[in-house]
Amino acid sequence: MSEAVNNSLINALSDAEISEIEAEISHLPDRRSAAIDALKIVQRHRGWVSDSSLSSIAKLLGMSEAELDGIATFYNLIYRKPVGDKVILYCDSVTCWIMGGDNLSRKIKSKLNIEYGETTADNKYTLLPVTCLGDCDHAPAMMVGDELHHDLTEQSIDSLFSDASDDTSNNPIGGETSND
Amino acid sequence: MPTIKVDGQDLEVKAGVNLLEALLSAGIDLPYFCWHPAMGSVGACRQCAVVQYANDEDTRGRIVMGCMTPVTEGAMFSVQTENAVMFRDSVIENLMLNHPHDCPVCEEGGECHLQDMTVMVGHSSRRYEGKKTTFNNQYLGPFIGHEMNRCITCYRCVRYYQDYSGGHDLSAFASRDRVFFGRSDDGVLENEFAGNLVEVCPTGVFTDKTLSKHYTRKWDLQSAPTVCTGCALGCNTYTSERYGQIRRVHNRYHHEVNGYFLCDRGRFGAGYVSSNRRIPQSGIRNAGGLYDPVNLEAAISKITEMISSSAKIVGIGSPRASLEANHALRDLVGSENYCNGMTDTDRELHGIILDALSSDLVTPTLADIEDYDAILVLGEDVTNHAPRLALSIRQATRNRSAEMADATQIALWHDAAVRELAQHDRSSLIVATPVEDRLDEVASQVLRLKPSDISQLGFDIAESLSNSSLSDSNSSETSAETASIVTALTNAKRPLIVSGTSLQNANIMKAAVNVALALKTNNPETGLFLCASECNSVGVAILDNQGSLTGLLASEPDMVVLLENDLAPRLGQGFESQVSKIANLVVIDHLDNASTSASHIVLPAATFAEAEGTYVNNEGRAQRSMAVYKPKGDIQASYHLMDAIQLGAKGVINDGASTELRSSTEIRHDLVNQHPVLRGIIDAAPEADFRIEGSKSSRMTHRASGRTAMLANISVHEPKQPVDSESAMAFTMEGVQQQTPASLRAYTWSPGWNSNQSIHKFQSEIGGSDTGGDTGVILIAPNESLTPYTIGQIDRGTLVAKLHIFGSDELSANSEELSQLIPRPYIRLSSLNANALGVSNGDGVSCQTQGGELQMAVIVDDNLPVDCMVYPRIPATAQLNGIESIELSKITEWVSDLNPLSPKLITTDRTS
Amino acid sequence: MTETPLTRNIAPDKGPTDLAAYEANGGYDAVRKSVGQSTPDDVLEIIKDSNLRGRGGAGFPTGMKWSFVPKPDPVQSPGHRYLVANADEMEPGTFKDRLLMEFDPHQLIEGMVLSAYTLSADVGYIFIRDEYHVAIKRLRDAIKEAENKNLLGDRILGSDFNFHLYVHISAGRYICGEETALLNSLEGKRATPRAKPPFPQVSGLWGRPTIVNNVETLCNIPHIIANGPDWFKSLGLGSDGGTKLFGASGRVKNPGCWELPMGTTIREILEERAGGMKDGYGLKGFLPGGASTDFLVAEHLDLPMEYESIMKAGSRMGTGTMIILDDRTCPVGMIANLEKFFARESCGFCTPCREGLPWVQQILDGIEAGEGSLRDIEILERQSQFIGAIGNTHCAHAPGAMEPLVSGLKYFRDDFISHIENKQCQYAVGGA
Ligand SMILES: Cc1cc2nc3c(=O)[nH]c(=O)nc-3n(C[C@H](O)[C@H](O)[C@H](O)COP(=O)(O)O)c2cc1C
Ligand code: SF4
Ligand code: FES
Repeated sequence: MSEAVNNSLINALSDAEISEIEAEISHLPDRRSAAIDALKIVQRHRGWVSDSSLSSIAKLLGMSEAELDGIATFYNLIYRKPVGDKVILYCDSVTCWIMGGDNLSRKIKSKLNIEYGETTADNKYTLLPVTCLGDCDHAPAMMVGDELHHDLTEQSIDSLFSDASDDTSNNPIGGETSND
Repeated sequence: MPTIKVDGQDLEVKAGVNLLEALLSAGIDLPYFCWHPAMGSVGACRQCAVVQYANDEDTRGRIVMGCMTPVTEGAMFSVQTENAVMFRDSVIENLMLNHPHDCPVCEEGGECHLQDMTVMVGHSSRRYEGKKTTFNNQYLGPFIGHEMNRCITCYRCVRYYQDYSGGHDLSAFASRDRVFFGRSDDGVLENEFAGNLVEVCPTGVFTDKTLSKHYTRKWDLQSAPTVCTGCALGCNTYTSERYGQIRRVHNRYHHEVNGYFLCDRGRFGAGYVSSNRRIPQSGIRNAGGLYDPVNLEAAISKITEMISSSAKIVGIGSPRASLEANHALRDLVGSENYCNGMTDTDRELHGIILDALSSDLVTPTLADIEDYDAILVLGEDVTNHAPRLALSIRQATRNRSAEMADATQIALWHDAAVRELAQHDRSSLIVATPVEDRLDEVASQVLRLKPSDISQLGFDIAESLSNSSLSDSNSSETSAETASIVTALTNAKRPLIVSGTSLQNANIMKAAVNVALALKTNNPETGLFLCASECNSVGVAILDNQGSLTGLLASEPDMVVLLENDLAPRLGQGFESQVSKIANLVVIDHLDNASTSASHIVLPAATFAEAEGTYVNNEGRAQRSMAVYKPKGDIQASYHLMDAIQLGAKGVINDGASTELRSSTEIRHDLVNQHPVLRGIIDAAPEADFRIEGSKSSRMTHRASGRTAMLANISVHEPKQPVDSESAMAFTMEGVQQQTPASLRAYTWSPGWNSNQSIHKFQSEIGGSDTGGDTGVILIAPNESLTPYTIGQIDRGTLVAKLHIFGSDELSANSEELSQLIPRPYIRLSSLNANALGVSNGDGVSCQTQGGELQMAVIVDDNLPVDCMVYPRIPATAQLNGIESIELSKITEWVSDLNPLSPKLITTDRTS
Repeated sequence: MTETPLTRNIAPDKGPTDLAAYEANGGYDAVRKSVGQSTPDDVLEIIKDSNLRGRGGAGFPTGMKWSFVPKPDPVQSPGHRYLVANADEMEPGTFKDRLLMEFDPHQLIEGMVLSAYTLSADVGYIFIRDEYHVAIKRLRDAIKEAENKNLLGDRILGSDFNFHLYVHISAGRYICGEETALLNSLEGKRATPRAKPPFPQVSGLWGRPTIVNNVETLCNIPHIIANGPDWFKSLGLGSDGGTKLFGASGRVKNPGCWELPMGTTIREILEERAGGMKDGYGLKGFLPGGASTDFLVAEHLDLPMEYESIMKAGSRMGTGTMIILDDRTCPVGMIANLEKFFARESCGFCTPCREGLPWVQQILDGIEAGEGSLRDIEILERQSQFIGAIGNTHCAHAPGAMEPLVSGLKYFRDDFISHIENKQCQYAVGGA
């Protein structure tokens, strides 16, 4: 493919994204070592990594789409499908489970009317299970967006999601940890 | 040679190998999946587990992976102990959890390594009751099928594809029990060695679509050891047939030539044998210009007539025909009227190759090439001209990592560790060519030059190396580029110069020879590898490199006998005018082409698959290719047709057995008597009377249920099996199968090892030579010392014919699947030239030649030397061949073709 | 009162310690004392003498691990040398490194500067899990502060020693905590572990000599250098030196994380620090150091938390953060939860783990749901034999996964049988 085509594809990324990615590359021995950083940068800007973003990143790093997607799909925190405004990372590991986490996750699911791997109809939340959040002394715990919520109870969940709509149509997104 | 103890027995093993290799080399069966003899170990499948004991007192030991365990003096192992046996059984049981029960409909069935290993560990009953993981399959192009549900996640495919062959469009995706091997999207696998996936995959995930479309089990195939006719490297293949059709081509291991891998032209290019352009019988052109089909007898008698009325008869041989066929033609017309069918330029170029082969310069084998630590590719389009060589060169660039691994005491078979250590560090590879190539990415230096600059560069390097002026053009100062190449080559332990005929430029090849000569004065390890043009170019050049094609055509012959050769691409725009002058043109060939269409009589020639023949590769290695099956009807080996012409009426063949005709063996002996230099071809394979305990070597497996069942729907009476009077091989399943010498072995199989992995049973050691000796005979003893060439006239031609792995070889281009991947006519222009013409990418241009108008899509290439123009050497552009420059004009009404290199696929081939 | 060097700047009501506060309390004194003053070999001797053992779970002696790094040889082996802090902390039940990073980031940085000096490493990475937003921010701020005072960067404190430190935020997956998978991930690749040997010390990040240490391990370094190896050894109550962050979670009155001397008994941690079981709950068993350690039970309460003693009892001290199983929570359910986690987090490289763990998980789910049979227990036992030994698999993930299963089958076998016989789970927490 000619340079011109190359550049136009890379241009699908914003200047800010490109300069953040280049900043990562600057302290790495080669461009492709920045693969995960680059995916995360673009995801931070766009919420997720679409096929076209992925292909632009691949060009920027001098690797193929297959190579980059092989990496992207390995990691559970790279979203290759659209997610809601906030991703709920619900800890389903052992201490939270002991502390009644399963009941609470059921409660969230019914309240938001989604299963693991799905996004609410109003696009506010995507629910994903996550490995131990390192907050076991305050189990059960979860992240909503960037915020950690812990010592969860039925009440705290009610108040956290008091604004939840009760539309019933869901939007499954798949995702690496959404096998439940 | 360390001695280890295995189940109480002392075993002397080769130092530096891993335990799995050592055991397999010693004939001890240990199951495995992820290890591959050419790709080393990663320890993924855990199938090759054994128990290792710390010392005599240690009775428990611990499980280790054979493939990840070095053999050290005194190390103690058990393969048989219950713990090890149970562990290996568990591996299979767990691999089988998700493996479908589709063996009966799976193409791998009967030659499946997974089946073999399952039987070997004895796992036979299922305890798992859950659901199986399922995946979507992808469309991977016309060659390769994808059935992901069968995957056992051994990672061989992605290691082969990415790490070994340098492909980028196949990856491992996702993780845990969802790992998926495929592309990011449906599409043709881009790598020209993708076909090896079919053999690398230990089960039926990657399958050969050209086989699937008319599938036959391995045990029902009739096969023969053949030599690939796709290029001059002479890779060894097994070609397999059923019902008179080629079903597939598989790799035939040759320690020194192709090893375990083929290119996709070789693997998928044999379909032309049953193409609809195949000439099934003789034809005589009638007054209306059409061909009347006639029987052989009528055709021969017509030719006899022609001969008697012709004063001058010329025979044009062929670098793609066997030595036997060329010799028979030369016998027919006399040496003064014979030429070997190459263009005059090509003949000159092969003269240089012969000089080099007979000189004391080392011509390495493909296997040797992997050991060179600095390689200069001078003007040779390796990937498209001698594809398998590109794979060897790619491995050679890893010598740097081998050095690093040695220094760090990492065993070379510890594949992932060596790669992690070396990262992107590679040995020197300098590529000087006009057009980008896949090897560029592993090159330390890439120079995009036009042909005349490439030869200049070569002479400069040689000059700088030897400090003696050989070039008549005065390049006063050494450029920085030249200097860095000189440094890389002089610093190397083993430098190699690769060049060849792909740019059809004698100066480039002479320069390459000079570089090698200059290096050799200080470094006897220096190698030179010159790529020849076609599968038997070197052979026919040795046979007779005197006669000139244009000279003979200009001598105004009354009659021309043209053997397996289409003159259209050779003569380029002059084709029509030169051929139309010939009063009597007899063409003997396989496929309908421009020359057969211009002929007066055509005779149907057997292909490599139907007639035995000897071919000489780049290294000067004579190799015999055996017939796979008897051709149908009047189709005959060219050498028999030639003899038949000579004999006239007497020579008409009845079932190939006319007693008047010489057998191929007799022809070979006659040939050798006339050309003692070719003596070695006799020994390229055992002669026809060779027997093993009274038996011939069979072409079918001993469990071929097919032979008796094949025609049972028509008649239960089995027809008489065809007799092979030409060779020491027998059609059908009668005869010896395993003890045969490699050159007569029709397939690899060993009890318990039904897949191609059984090859190790025929190797002296893993990855070593055949237990019966490697096949082929090097014909030319290198001895003469060569004086450097002086540079010839620098040609300023700027029109470059670019070779394409799919399309530039006229025969394979007619294979159904492969033909889909031939690029469309294009012209590659520098932006300077494109701007001058007012065209950009995807536009159309046309040019006028004597052969008519030619339309091409534009590719603008900023890296192209500015005044170069590059077109693909494919059948559709034959009229441009040999032209030095062309005038282009923009086509205004043109449907944009943005990427003429990417195939427009037959959509029905795609599964939705 | 016993010394708590690791948490001396940390208190429940205090925010993060900034550079000024850190230095005011003796911070970076060890750097000033060593960098350019002692030779790297001298410092290495101190660490070796201290007998510091890795706090990441395996307990490998840190000084010995460091001594396998080849001496720098810019001619034969030019290029970077790396130090990596493993801040991936994803072992279920583990919550100690976060505390150290959030509240005293300079302690880790100082530890890394000293370690890098000792190892002649010039580039460092803190490999931290994405979810630790607060720690990431505080570390990055602290790195800036340190750079501004030339405690990081080129020619640190006027010496010839350069050390550049970066925070790498992971993209998830527990396996990234395995040190060689971590290296692949840092290289921007799939986090598949590497086979050892070669060890990272010889061929690590980008093929260069590399040391990976746990955050807590590195946080010990400044104190050992400041106070000497004998001081460090004297902190421990038994054979292991130093203090350790111990934790307890589950149905105890006061779950949390405390810095205590090595060798503190489990009973003390459970009863005195964690306040004992919640009212109405009894102790059924516990995992002493995270999800991948074997269950212990009440009879083990008086064992000191020390590598050897816990090993003798058939488990591992692991990360030192205990997960308590109470008597109203189903052990089968708990193990099923653990195996679901391990199966999900398999990298997918080797057969026993990739294929074997999901099968184990399915069987456990079945038993928990009352659909199990006695043959299932046979299969579980065979599978755990198959998967469970180091060396059977490519990395330690899958063997770790088998530890709670094997010990669970030993201590709670009756529970498995009763699930099968009664065709249901009878616990309050549990059931499928
Ligand atoms: C599956 C797996 C996960 C691991 N996760 C972590 C982790 O999150 N943090 C950590 O420090 N060590 C973890 N380790 C241990 C590391 O591999 C390594 O031993 C440790 O970082 C070395 O540091 P240390 O010597 O300071 O303990 C893990 C090991 C395995 C096998
Ligand atoms: S045990 Fe094997 S599959 Fe599991 S995480 Fe380790 S390498 Fe990956
Ligand atoms: S062949 Fe040894 S682990 Fe796969």
